[in-house]
Amino acid sequence: MRFLLIEDNQKLANAIVERLSLDGHAIDHADTLETAENCIKVADYDLILLDIMLPDGDGRNFLKRQRKAEKRTPAIVITARSEVSDRVNLLDIGADDYMTKPFDFSELEARCRAVLRRQGGVADNRKTFENTALDSTEGVLQFDGQVIQLRNRELRLLEVFFNGPRQVFSKTHLIDRMFSLSDEASENAIEVYVARLRKRLEGSGVRIETVRGLGYRMVPV
Amino acid sequence: MKAHRSIRRRLFFQLAGVAALLSLAFFLVVRELAEQAAEASQDDILAASATSIADSLNSETDGITLDLPYSALSMLGTINEDRVFYRVAANDKTLTGYDDLPSPRNSPQLGTPVYTTYSYRGEVVRAVSVVRSIGPATDITEIVVTVAQTRSGFVAITQRITATATGIGLGFFLLATALSLLASNSALAPIARIADSVARRGPKELRAVVAETPTEIVPLVVALNSFMARLRASLLQTEDFIAEAAHRVRTPLATVRAQAEVTYRKLNKPEHKKAIREMIGAIDESSRSAGQMLDHAMVTFRADSLTRVDVDLNSLMAEVCDRLRPTADLKDITIRQFPAEAPVLIKGDRILIQAALQNILDNAIKYSFDDGEIAVKIEADTQIRLSVSDLGRGFGDIDLEQLTTRFVRGANVEGIVGSGLGLTIADEVATAHDGRLEIIQNPEGVGACVSIIFPRI
Repeated sequence: MRFLLIEDNQKLANAIVERLSLDGHAIDHADTLETAENCIKVADYDLILLDIMLPDGDGRNFLKRQRKAEKRTPAIVITARSEVSDRVNLLDIGADDYMTKPFDFSELEARCRAVLRRQGGVADNRKTFENTALDSTEGVLQFDGQVIQLRNRELRLLEVFFNGPRQVFSKTHLIDRMFSLSDEASENAIEVYVARLRKRLEGSGVRIETVRGLGYRMVPV
Repeated sequence: MKAHRSIRRRLFFQLAGVAALLSLAFFLVVRELAEQAAEASQDDILAASATSIADSLNSETDGITLDLPYSALSMLGTINEDRVFYRVAANDKTLTGYDDLPSPRNSPQLGTPVYTTYSYRGEVVRAVSVVRSIGPATDITEIVVTVAQTRSGFVAITQRITATATGIGLGFFLLATALSLLASNSALAPIARIADSVARRGPKELRAVVAETPTEIVPLVVALNSFMARLRASLLQTEDFIAEAAHRVRTPLATVRAQAEVTYRKLNKPEHKKAIREMIGAIDESSRSAGQMLDHAMVTFRADSLTRVDVDLNSLMAEVCDRLRPTADLKDITIRQFPAEAPVLIKGDRILIQAALQNILDNAIKYSFDDGEIAVKIEADTQIRLSVSDLGRGFGDIDLEQLTTRFVRGANVEGIVGSGLGLTIADEVATAHDGRLEIIQNPEGVGACVSIIFPRI
C-alpha cells in the first residue's frame, strides 16, 4: 500500500515510516499541511495517516478540504486526544477511522484494510503466484474461479508468502507478522495456521512446503 | 444561592396593598357620601315639614292659632316607620306638641332652619327648628317650630348603602388582586423565559443568550453573557491544555513504541525479543491507564449534566461493532450482532453510551480466546438490555460486585493490558441513564456476559 503520513514529530514519523516499510509498504512523509497538499497533487495514495495537531494548522481543516476534493483519499487520524471527546467530531468531519497514540501497527494495518474495503478496494493490491491470486484488501484467495474468504491471521500469513514466493521464511519471522506484539504466541501456533492454509490452498496451483530446520516457503504444486 | 424575597411576590403584594387601600378609600368615601345624602334628604323633609307647620301659623286678634296640616306630619311618614315629635313654642313656652322636646341651643335665625341631632326619650333623633315671626308689626312674636324624627330610616338607608359599598369595594379589591397577580406574572415572564432558555442548554453550550430581553434585565443578561464568554474561554483553555498535555506525553510514547516494534523485528535472540515485548506491554499499560483516566473524567463530567436526546441503540451497536471489528479480527474473533427487531430509542447521551459499550466490547475481545465468538445483543421488553457475551476466560474468582469499583480488575488478567476503569465507566454511564450494569459469569469459568439495563420509558 502507498501511504502519506502527515506528522510533525520527526522521530515518530521516522519510526512509523521504518516500521511500515518493514511490511513492504511505501510511505511518503509530510511534516506540514502545506507539504501534504503538494504531495497529494503529484501522487496517488491509498491512504492518508494524519496527525491532528500540526504546526501550520489543524488537521481537521485538512480533512474538511479533502472531503470536498474531487479525488478523495481515505484518511485515518492518529490522535493524541482522549477517546471520548474526539470521537464524534473526527468521524463527522470526514475521517474514515482514528487511532489514539501510541498504537499497535498490526491494528493500524487491520484498520487500513477495513477502511480500504469500505472504500471499494485498491486495484494494485492483488498479488498473483501461478494460478492463484491474493487480494489482501478484500481478504480473499482466488483460483480456478473459486473465491475463498480468509480469516485475518490466515491472510496475514499468506501475505508474507505472496510477497516472497519461493523464499524461505523462519517461524519467528512468520510469528512476528501474524501476531500483534500484545498477543502471546508460541512457535507451535504457526504450525496450526500453516495447516489451515494448506487446507485453503487445496486444489490450487500453489502449496506451502516445510523446509526442515529453516521454516516454510510457498512453491508451485 | 439563597432565594431572597421573590420579586413576583413583592410586586403582587404591593399591587394588592394599593388595591386594598383604594378599596378602603372607595368604601369610606361612598359611605360618607351616602350618609350625607341620606341626612340631607331627611333634613329636607324635616325642614319642609317644619316650614309647612310654620306656614299654617296664624295670628288672630286673640292670639296665635295653629291649624296643624296633616301633610306636615304625613310627609315624614314616607321615610320609614320612624316616630315623629314636634313642638311649637313661643319664647320657650310650648304652644303645642311635646313639652320636653328641647329647643335648639342656638336660636335659629329667620328663614334659616337649624339642624341638630340629639338623644330624646332614649332614641337618637334629628331635629330641625325654624323661626317664624307672627303678629302685627308692633307685637311680633317669634315662634319656634321644631320637628324631630327618629333615625331608624336613616340608619337603614346608610346600612344598605354601606353594604353595597362594602360589596363593591370587596369586588374591586378581588378584581384588582387578580389583575395584580396577572400583571406580576406577565411582567416576570421574560425572566422565566430567559432562565428556561439557559437551563435547557447542554453542558457545552456556552453561546450568548440572544432571546428578546426586556430593558430592565438587559444588564443581568449582559453580565450572564460575559460570564459565559469567560467560562467558554477558560474551558477551551483547559481543553487545549489537556489536549496539548496528552499530545506531549503520547507522541513520545508512540515514538518509543514504534521504534520498539522496529527493533523487535530486527532482533533474533528470544530473550531480547521478550524484553522488547515487555517494554511494549509497559508502554501500552501506561498509555491505556492515562487514556482511561481521562475518559473516566470525561464520562463523570458528562454524566453530571446529562444531555438527553433520542439515541437509536441498534445503530449505535452497529457503529461500535464496526469500530472494534478490526481489533477483533486481529485475534480472528467474530462479533455477532443481534439488534432488536424494531428500532429501540432511549433518551440519553450518545457519546456516553458508545463509550460504555465500547469498553465492554473491548474487554470481551481482550479476554476472549483466539477464534472466539462474541455476541452483542439488544433485547427490549419491559426493560432494554444491551448485552455483550463472550466465551472468554471470565473474571476468575472475584466478587463480581467489586468489578465496577475503580482500578479493580478480574482475578485472572495476567498478560492483558488494562486499567480497571472500563467497567467503572460502563457502570457510571448506566447509572446516569437510570439503568444498571449486570455482570454474570459462567460458573465453569468460560464466558461472561456484561449487560447495560436501561429502564423502558
